[in-house]
Amino acid sequence: MSVTPRQRRALGELALTLLLAWLVVYPIAILTLGAADREAIHTFVTHPGEWGALWASIWISVASVVLAGGIGIPLAFLFEWLDFPGRRTLGTLIALPAVLPPFVGVIAFLFLYGESGFVARAVQAVFGLEQSPWRLQGAGAILLVHAYSMYVYFYLFTRAGLAKLDWSMLEAAQALGAGRWATLRRVTLPLIRPSLAGATLLVFMTALGSFSAPYVFGGGFRVMTTQIVASKLNGELALATVETVVLALVAIIGLALLRRGEGDDVLVALGKGTAPRRRPIRRAGVRGLATAAGWLFAVLLLLPHLTLGLVSLVPYGTWTTETLPPVVSLVNYQRLFAEPARLEPLLNSAWMAAASTLAALALALAAGELLRRRSPGAWRHPIESLLALPWALPGTVFAIALAATFSVHSPLTLRWVLVGSVALLPLAYVVRNLPITGRAVLAGFRQLDPALEEAAASLGAGRWAAFRRVTLPLLTPALAAGGSLAFIAALGDFVTSIVLYTYDNRPISIEIMSSLRVSELGIAAAFGVILMVASALVLGVGARR
Amino acid sequence: MTVFLEVAELTKQWAHTVTVGPVSLGIGRGEIVALLGPSGSGKTTILRLLAGFETPDAGRIAVEGEDVTAAPPAGRRFGMVFQHYALFPHLDVGENVAFGLGGRGKGEGGPVASKVAEALALVDLVGFERRPVQELSGGQQQRVALARALAPEPRVLLLDEPLSNLDPTLRERTRRELRALIQRVGITTLFVTHEQEEAFDLGDRVAVLNAGKLEQLATPDELYERPATLFVATFVGRANVLRGPAARALGGRDGEVVVVRPERLRFTDAGFPGIVRERRYTGPAAFYVVEGDDGARFEVQAEPGAARVGERVYVQAARMIGFAEPAS
Repeated sequence: MSVTPRQRRALGELALTLLLAWLVVYPIAILTLGAADREAIHTFVTHPGEWGALWASIWISVASVVLAGGIGIPLAFLFEWLDFPGRRTLGTLIALPAVLPPFVGVIAFLFLYGESGFVARAVQAVFGLEQSPWRLQGAGAILLVHAYSMYVYFYLFTRAGLAKLDWSMLEAAQALGAGRWATLRRVTLPLIRPSLAGATLLVFMTALGSFSAPYVFGGGFRVMTTQIVASKLNGELALATVETVVLALVAIIGLALLRRGEGDDVLVALGKGTAPRRRPIRRAGVRGLATAAGWLFAVLLLLPHLTLGLVSLVPYGTWTTETLPPVVSLVNYQRLFAEPARLEPLLNSAWMAAASTLAALALALAAGELLRRRSPGAWRHPIESLLALPWALPGTVFAIALAATFSVHSPLTLRWVLVGSVALLPLAYVVRNLPITGRAVLAGFRQLDPALEEAAASLGAGRWAAFRRVTLPLLTPALAAGGSLAFIAALGDFVTSIVLYTYDNRPISIEIMSSLRVSELGIAAAFGVILMVASALVLGVGARR
Repeated sequence: MTVFLEVAELTKQWAHTVTVGPVSLGIGRGEIVALLGPSGSGKTTILRLLAGFETPDAGRIAVEGEDVTAAPPAGRRFGMVFQHYALFPHLDVGENVAFGLGGRGKGEGGPVASKVAEALALVDLVGFERRPVQELSGGQQQRVALARALAPEPRVLLLDEPLSNLDPTLRERTRRELRALIQRVGITTLFVTHEQEEAFDLGDRVAVLNAGKLEQLATPDELYERPATLFVATFVGRANVLRGPAARALGGRDGEVVVVRPERLRFTDAGFPGIVRERRYTGPAAFYVVEGDDGARFEVQAEPGAARVGERVYVQAARMIGFAEPAS
């Protein structure tokens, strides 16, 4: 019996659905089953520290949204609506925190604002203090890092929303007698609500899953992500599982609540508008003040990057009590590339990021190719949902779930012992990368004109030839965009790595952590600089295509 | 005429309510056939079934006696020009034309390059090989699409609304050039259009489709003068549809629906009486809307000075076509 193309497609869809379900849903199911442990649940419920961590996770996430919005939204209005000298350059600089992998950003803050950081040393020198004036620790420190790294989401989303705004609507409101504030409150804000809701969702989810900042700055202050890793390191696996399921539930509830607020994008329904005209700031004094404040802010944003660069030039043991390091040299970078034990993490991260990105791109391409013929109004296919699902859950959740699933040898239930092997961490990177590549590649497929593939077919190209000669070249921008984002996410990953790494595949972030532990700050910073530069380069390449 | 492309009882069901076919057509070698019909009549579906982009539920497609019903598009050797041309944006003109030739087209002087040059010469685009397709005008893009479809020497050429994307002022000239080119190549051609003028001008024969069914396949003259159905009579050209006393007065039998072209009606001294309600002047002639004494309104084409608005007139038909009242 021969197989018709339709049957082959259905078989392909089934196979891909099952593969994705095995990667994405199965570990979560195993995790949930593992959490049905009476003793562990009892421990969780009766232990006040657990409730404290849960509460901390939630309020830190909400506070991060408030702070990031408080910085990002006014900045977006400033850059989108007003004109002042240096607006373009500053507008680009202001997105800089985006190229700092979360963990690298955290250590940069440590070097800058930590108790022995530059700022503390400067204050100490100026006032002649015996001891460091502060300790960078606890909830305040975490929020500082979150505000710094997450306001970018609000800034970019709000600017995008404002750029779509039809200026004539605002003029209409003013013509109807609404003052500036009334227009803002009754017209502008409701119209950009979908952008604000999108940024709120993104910041909340990112803050809830944030691990690096609480891990480094938390001290005794625990949130769920750090609590889970601590339980796991203590060997309390059942408790860690319960905690992970609780965190996953919070994430899902948060997602559901915030999604409801998102609503439909009314701007799309109303069609294109005229772009707003930027108003130059007329009064010279105000203009000078705005410009100065803008540049000061940019310097503030650049400081962590500069700090990282400077610390990476400090040789081991040469900097003790001075405000600025007395010796700078490239010796840390030389050691990085000369000593095999130091070079290894760089190579590990590079191959794992490359392999997981390629795998995630291949899965996304397969999904796109299988789903491309579906009519636009059709119900959401399970494959699409499976690709998007890992985004809804914090990285810690997937790390623990994968560790639980692949610590048992049971081929009949599709479980093998991968814990302790080098394969598990890249597999986790693949899962974490699926939403990134999936979103980019599926969007790329949606923009393809189906007639192009038909044209190739009518010119004698078979399915594979049409894919290779027409579809793939046209998808290059989408692949570059999704691939570069996935690559840098995997390259700088810390949250998954700390749960799943082994000595043989220890990635850069883990090596930074161990260098910090033995006070080799220069080496840690040098690794950070390499990550930062690699991220910026890859992002630049991805954006140019 | 020996049949070159044969379509037999081709059927495709979309939803529960929409069915295309069964449609049967026989097309001779080198013939140009238009598929004409209103939107939703199934003409594009038939073209896509022929190209192999859709699979029929029943029926058969054969070329030169070879059954290609189950063949994939790539295996049919049918050339297709898409409505929006579907030129590959990542390839230049030469690479687009070379796509179906099994080569890249880059090699100077090779067999592929000379075939590309030949195809481009055919559509009057000599030397355009290295131009990016985005820089071409709409008319040039259409000719590249045509050259690309013709380069692999297909057995049948399919065109989906070939002129709909062009400037109206360009259309008439392009239509003549297109017909001359197809005749020069001598390729069997089917094209889809919703414009009667285009179908008549370009097609040797025209297949009129309505609600998924083939109403008539005939030459333009025959369609106009001897329409097989009431739909064809009213869809092709201007037509007055009359029933009752007016129909009988103009020569129809009892219970018949009568179709009369405006230019076949004339004012006389005695005939069906009515009053001129409107006059539209078009230059060489004028159209008069006449309201008959039984209330029926119809259009008469006559000399610009033949009657005035409000004047009482008598109308006779030089030629009418009677149809049995369709069962509704």
